[in-house]
Amino acid sequence: MSRIVRVASGQGFWGDWLEAPKRQADGGAIDYLMLDYLAEVTMSILQKQKERDPSLGYARDFIGAMESVFPAVAQRGVRVVANAGGVNPVACAAAVRDAARKAGVSSNVRIGVVTGDDLLPRLDDLLANGHALANMETGEPLSTVRDRVLSANAYLGAPPIVDALARGANVVITGRSTDTALTMAPLLHTFGWRLDDWDKLAAGIVAGHIIECGAQCSGGNCLYEWRTIPDLANIGYPIVEGHEDGSFVIYKHPHTGGRIDVHSVAEQLVYEMGDPHSYITPDVIADFTSIHLESAGADRVRVFGIHGRPPTDKLKVSIAYRAGFKALGTLVYAWPDALEKAQVADRVLRERLDRLGLRFETIYTEFLGASATHGPLAGAAGDVPEVQLRIGVRGPDKKAVERFTREIAPLVLNGPPSVTGFAGGRPKVEEVVAYWPALVDKGVVSPVVTMDEP
Amino acid sequence: MRIRLLDIAHARSGDKGDTANVGVIALKPEWYPLIERELTRDRVAQHFRGAITGGVDRYELPNLGALNFLLHGALGGGGTLSLKTDAQGKVFSTALLRLELEVPDAEARRLHLPGAGG
Repeated sequence: MSRIVRVASGQGFWGDWLEAPKRQADGGAIDYLMLDYLAEVTMSILQKQKERDPSLGYARDFIGAMESVFPAVAQRGVRVVANAGGVNPVACAAAVRDAARKAGVSSNVRIGVVTGDDLLPRLDDLLANGHALANMETGEPLSTVRDRVLSANAYLGAPPIVDALARGANVVITGRSTDTALTMAPLLHTFGWRLDDWDKLAAGIVAGHIIECGAQCSGGNCLYEWRTIPDLANIGYPIVEGHEDGSFVIYKHPHTGGRIDVHSVAEQLVYEMGDPHSYITPDVIADFTSIHLESAGADRVRVFGIHGRPPTDKLKVSIAYRAGFKALGTLVYAWPDALEKAQVADRVLRERLDRLGLRFETIYTEFLGASATHGPLAGAAGDVPEVQLRIGVRGPDKKAVERFTREIAPLVLNGPPSVTGFAGGRPKVEEVVAYWPALVDKGVVSPVVTMDEP
Repeated sequence: MRIRLLDIAHARSGDKGDTANVGVIALKPEWYPLIERELTRDRVAQHFRGAITGGVDRYELPNLGALNFLLHGALGGGGTLSLKTDAQGKVFSTALLRLELEVPDAEARRLHLPGAGG
């Protein structure tokens, strides 16, 4: 019988279902538990936390997740791969070690820590040596926002994770690894694929893409016949059953809700897709137009035929920078003429902001219940029961944004009638931390693997 | 006959910076060629005129019975800069499915499109 390896997705983002990791570890046999915590702006949030407390800067949910799966890891041989390290993988490992000691399982926990993605301390050197780190979307050089940069991390690929697994780690913690590498690495490690076996590496990437958003491929947020998707309350998260030839099956544990079929998997495949011919990762470029899906029984989809080609000589860098302040306020207007009342309130508010001489980069108004999500495509709203006025401002002047937050509540008494919904109080001013995607030569980034043994 | 895309396709959307992507997937494989022929880049750009500030790109994935559209300048700056409720483009999917296509009656019957009769 040919070998297989089972990689289970237990977290699709920081904030995903706290129950999922344990349900994956205990709901049936798996070999690996893959936990993805990092979205584009997560690194900057973590960097701010680390500035306040040098022992923080990682996804703290991960510690609770580990506590919930320690029995599986320490006794049943399940291995965990997670990018929970954020901007402080070393502190994350220390917290896991501490939790393992408290749980009495420390002697069975060998942590591999992947670092080397953090470019913040080297940023000025890189710029001085001709690495412009230009914004991939706008082309602007990083020097335009250099003094406001909070974090800069290169996206690392699968090889350092494979290295940690080869050295015996049963918990691998990374910083800014690609989401897909977390799934691809266990496949690489298990089957010993060559690092230039492009089709197999591409298969690993596609497997990773399908399960990196957790239940979004197993019936969650699935539009296809959504009413008939069973038992979402008990939804099963996806598992990759990887085969040595690069094909794999997506399935979920028995007696769980949700649905895995070619429709749910196809929806996830197109999620956040750019040019499908070139899904670029540090290790391989995967061609999504080569993917074949076929039903392989109830809640099982076979994926095969995937092609890949060599990667570029660049790594993507995720940079976060301070980009001013914003605030959002809301009020609810009731029937009759709810939309018209909300529109009048919007005009009144803007006139007052104007008279105060407040300047913003942008003022943006939405009418929830009428046009917020589909804009003009929604057509005429009619005399709807209620409309929520939602107005936001963003700009470099914190004082102006603060003043804006004082102008919402007065409208309850001095604006159009039938208004309510101000129980939440004055809107909060929030600092905007924006995302700056860039590229850097692969040669300047050196991943490092360190083992934290009991 | 006119048919809503919603009745012959499903979709999922997401973001990449200030660009929203919408993947449109034929509900039945035999409906994909019709969608590929009719749901052109220009048709989608016209549909979203006024709602996005940039252009539209289209990619074909016949292997999945799917088209992928990139809608540039769709998200009010995107990411944390955006003040939109849908800053991450999650519901551009159903906004695109509002689009209506004109399909010759004979073809609609031959493909057993919903509401085509026959």
